[in-house]
Amino acid sequence: MTANPKTEQPKTKPKIALYWCASCGGCEEAVVDLGEDLLTILDLVDIVFWPVAMDFKRSDVEKMPDGSITVSLINGAVRTSEQKEMVELLRRKSQAIVAFGACACMGGIPALANLYDKNQLLKTAYLESPSTSNTEKVLPDVKGNKHPPVPHLHEVVRALDQVIDTDYYIPGCPPPPSMVKQAVLTLLKSPPEKGSVLAPDIALCEECPRIETKPDDLVLERFDRVHLKQVDPEKCFLVQGIPCMGIGTRKGCEALCIKGNMPCTGCFGPTNNVFDHGAKLLSAFASMLSQQDEEAVDRALSTIPDPTGSFYRYGLSKSLLRKRVRGGAT
Amino acid sequence: MTNAKDFEPKIVAFFCSWCTYIAADTAGVGRKKYPPNIRVVKLMCSGQLDPQYVIAALANGADGVLIGGCHPGTCHYSKGNYKALRMYKLLKRVLGDFGIEEGRIRLEWISASETNKLVKVVTDFVGQLKELGPMNWPGKLSFFDSELKEATA
Repeated sequence: MTANPKTEQPKTKPKIALYWCASCGGCEEAVVDLGEDLLTILDLVDIVFWPVAMDFKRSDVEKMPDGSITVSLINGAVRTSEQKEMVELLRRKSQAIVAFGACACMGGIPALANLYDKNQLLKTAYLESPSTSNTEKVLPDVKGNKHPPVPHLHEVVRALDQVIDTDYYIPGCPPPPSMVKQAVLTLLKSPPEKGSVLAPDIALCEECPRIETKPDDLVLERFDRVHLKQVDPEKCFLVQGIPCMGIGTRKGCEALCIKGNMPCTGCFGPTNNVFDHGAKLLSAFASMLSQQDEEAVDRALSTIPDPTGSFYRYGLSKSLLRKRVRGGAT
Repeated sequence: MTNAKDFEPKIVAFFCSWCTYIAADTAGVGRKKYPPNIRVVKLMCSGQLDPQYVIAALANGADGVLIGGCHPGTCHYSKGNYKALRMYKLLKRVLGDFGIEEGRIRLEWISASETNKLVKVVTDFVGQLKELGPMNWPGKLSFFDSELKEATA
């Protein structure tokens, strides 16, 4: 037990792979933000695949024996045929898969595309947006008739566990470096129960520095928007009428946004017992208002300009309804 | 829409135990007839209704959701029905973004003695859902999920 760690160290270190799907790169940034801690982690593991930072190819992964990667950290939602193939490949090669960041856990910002039809999205992005100049009306060519073929876009943006079996979840947009370090060390030392979210199971209010200013009974006349109001840097956002998702969102971020005088937008997702994050937030905000007659209720609710975008900002893939179906061009 | 008129809509109804639930009970005792399409869930108060369950009903195959609460000013817990009203209005906007028609969810104030109103509302709602046709949300999602099985070249 107390032998010299130098002689005890196994010849091969655990192998780690990192991959990105439909994401902004912020999660990769979060890994780099580990700074010197990255060196501590690199002492313990070998990184065998990390396209954003190191020169590995898909063929390198294909050559590895099945199950030879100890942990794969995958960020981003899955929305193209290529991403699906890559995560399936990594699933075969890995002992454990971690959904890394809000998009892999819940669909994230890209999942808001589920409120639109695929063809409508392609049309807007490639033909109609004001900054687009596409005189030949080129659209992604999945068949490769005129141009080299590109992977095709799925109808639905999915969270990682809606495509492959997923072992652990690290939430956040992006996950804060301190949590990433802790999570990787925990996974190497004593992996928790499968399906665990590697963040505390309690709402953000609990660690919020403004909790003392939050009354037990919140009664509001209307909601305000953060860019249209002078925000008191000490008082609870809800008391000031600014929608803050912290009441229905998992803690673990150390209230970073709050400390920057911005309300929580919900990137850590719901706590374990909630099965539809957006619905739960909707319920909370509807309860806070005081209006009783229909017209006044309508007026008060109109101060929430985009309820779906606000309440399901990061969680649309994992919501119960998942996708707009009727009314669109589907 | 195909066979819209011959289908029997499935309705999940959330009724407050102090008013609408009693109305439904009394309607039964009084042998009043209305379409058997509602599956009633009894709640202590309409304000207790968690929108997660309304969404769960629709996502799992219900064609419509009916919420029954006490008339304004008569809530047993004083303000629960106003909470239900605000939740309902906000939820309708969200459901609209998912493409769900407004007419698939309905909030009605029905007091314990208003059995005739209950019969009228249920009959009317069933007719309205027949007009809208089947929703079949699970079927639609599984159609989308078939894209995961497609062999990718």
